[in-house]
Amino acid sequence: MNKYIKESIFRVLMIISVFIVVAFLVIIIGVNIVKGGIVLINEPAVIFTAPGPKYLLGGEGGILHAILGSILMVIPSTCIACAASYLIALFLQVDYIKNRFSNKLRVVFDVLWGIPSIIYGIFILNILIAANKRGSLGAGIITLALLQMPVIVRYMDEALNSVPDGIRESAYSLGATRLETAFTTAKYALPGIIAGVLIGMGRAMGDAASVIFTSGAGNSMPKGLSKSVSSLPVLIFQQANSYYPSVREHAFAASFVLIIIIIALNAISRICSKHFQKYTAGSDR
Amino acid sequence: MKQQKARSNLDKTIKYIMVIIILAVFIFFAALFIMLLQRSQLILSRYPVWELLFSSEWDPDKGLYGFLPAVTGTFFVTVFSLMIAVPISILSAVYISEYMPSAVKSYFQAFIDVLAGVPSVVFGLCALLVLVPFTRDVMGPLFGVNTTGMCVFTAALVLAAMVFPVIISLTVESLSILPIGLREQFLSLGATKWQLIETVLFRAAGPGIISGIILGFGRAFGETMAVVMVIGNKNILIPSVFSPGQTLPGLIVGSFSEMMSVPEHQSALIFVSLILFIIVLFFNILANIIKNKLKSRWRYE
Repeated sequence: MNKYIKESIFRVLMIISVFIVVAFLVIIIGVNIVKGGIVLINEPAVIFTAPGPKYLLGGEGGILHAILGSILMVIPSTCIACAASYLIALFLQVDYIKNRFSNKLRVVFDVLWGIPSIIYGIFILNILIAANKRGSLGAGIITLALLQMPVIVRYMDEALNSVPDGIRESAYSLGATRLETAFTTAKYALPGIIAGVLIGMGRAMGDAASVIFTSGAGNSMPKGLSKSVSSLPVLIFQQANSYYPSVREHAFAASFVLIIIIIALNAISRICSKHFQKYTAGSDR
Repeated sequence: MKQQKARSNLDKTIKYIMVIIILAVFIFFAALFIMLLQRSQLILSRYPVWELLFSSEWDPDKGLYGFLPAVTGTFFVTVFSLMIAVPISILSAVYISEYMPSAVKSYFQAFIDVLAGVPSVVFGLCALLVLVPFTRDVMGPLFGVNTTGMCVFTAALVLAAMVFPVIISLTVESLSILPIGLREQFLSLGATKWQLIETVLFRAAGPGIISGIILGFGRAFGETMAVVMVIGNKNILIPSVFSPGQTLPGLIVGSFSEMMSVPEHQSALIFVSLILFIIVLFFNILANIIKNKLKSRWRYE
């Protein structure tokens, strides 16, 4: 076969596959946004009202409990995971241990990342059973913190690795301790660190499989650390196949809210990385 | 002098905190494994492992725990979805990184990034609305079978859509870090662009592409919610692609409500998560070995 013919055949194949990917993904996002948008335009009160007593049987009410539950679970868990991951990522650098060991540690975090989220749920659930407790907001926060930690560690580690040695060495030569040096290098790595945190947050925000076991997944407003809460993905999962059309439509409204949150997180990450690039050496801003 | 001492003390304290956190992670990892092992003891002591894995009857009420349908279902769905996703996403990643003008490229990458973050329930919800009717009304008649649409084929399609962004972003990333000189040298010999991609770029970016595929496998394999929503959840050995099936994570979620009451059933479900855990562990370590091997073998410098 002529190499030019081969070139054009493959070029056509590539264009076709790009179209397939784009079509698939536009349909998936588009359907949710359009369908959820229509529901929200017709009854915008859905976001602001708490579910009534017969909510799952087609009664009145909204999805406020799930929105609040998601926020209350994700933000504290991200803060916990963030602090722990920053210390872990720093520890993986050359300042503290040898590369040989840190590479082995990285494998552990890769494995933790790969573990399906449902296993985290089962783990916490078993602890809860052993402690004779029920699913609660606190357990949900711990599950989500564990779930997003490996992701954040991985991104932070990569960001800290990309810091040029010169910056670290010049900080040391001024007599800074390892901790003070770490604050200097963190500034350089800031875009990567923020991207990692937001990606971890997105993962926690969208995960249903782990939270459905541990947070109680009830239909009440969040009341306290030891009370059951629901979250947006859990609500979507529970209501998607409901017999009542109004309940089903609220699932679409919830998925609209969820997609908007994910897009917003992405946008924030992009804006932040542009903004903090001025600290990186070699940029012209 | 005093201040210096305080500074170095702080430094040391932080180091101890780090060590404690790392140890805590290790303890968590070990506890996870030990807990899964210990809690699945009950079912393993009553039935031999092979009988559990290779019997196809699942009826907890009668004391029958056969995992074969769920195991084959999981592997079938995963492999089928990767067969769809891998060629399509590698070809489109090559197009994005090598042919697309750079102005369009950055928008495209932003788009792919957003998609990588879209939660799985959202995929499942949309699949219920679009893919299930599509399979029922278009693919079913096309192949001459009667199907409800809630079937293995639909689940594989959803998983393929979820795997696209993972493989594409990793492939594009590993292609884009290759030096431009590598391309120019080969093109200056009179090669076409596809020859360059085939003979040079796939090799040089090989480790990255393979780890992308393995990550995609991991995502498809452990994916719970999107699959549960569309696969139909029937615990039988699948006779065809257009029949409902079951996956291992689906088994856990599906039997969640009954799980608390019967200890044997509970133990069986924890055994399922032990299987998932071991497979994930195995594939991650394998991926690491492959990546390191290829890195030393396919060096382009």
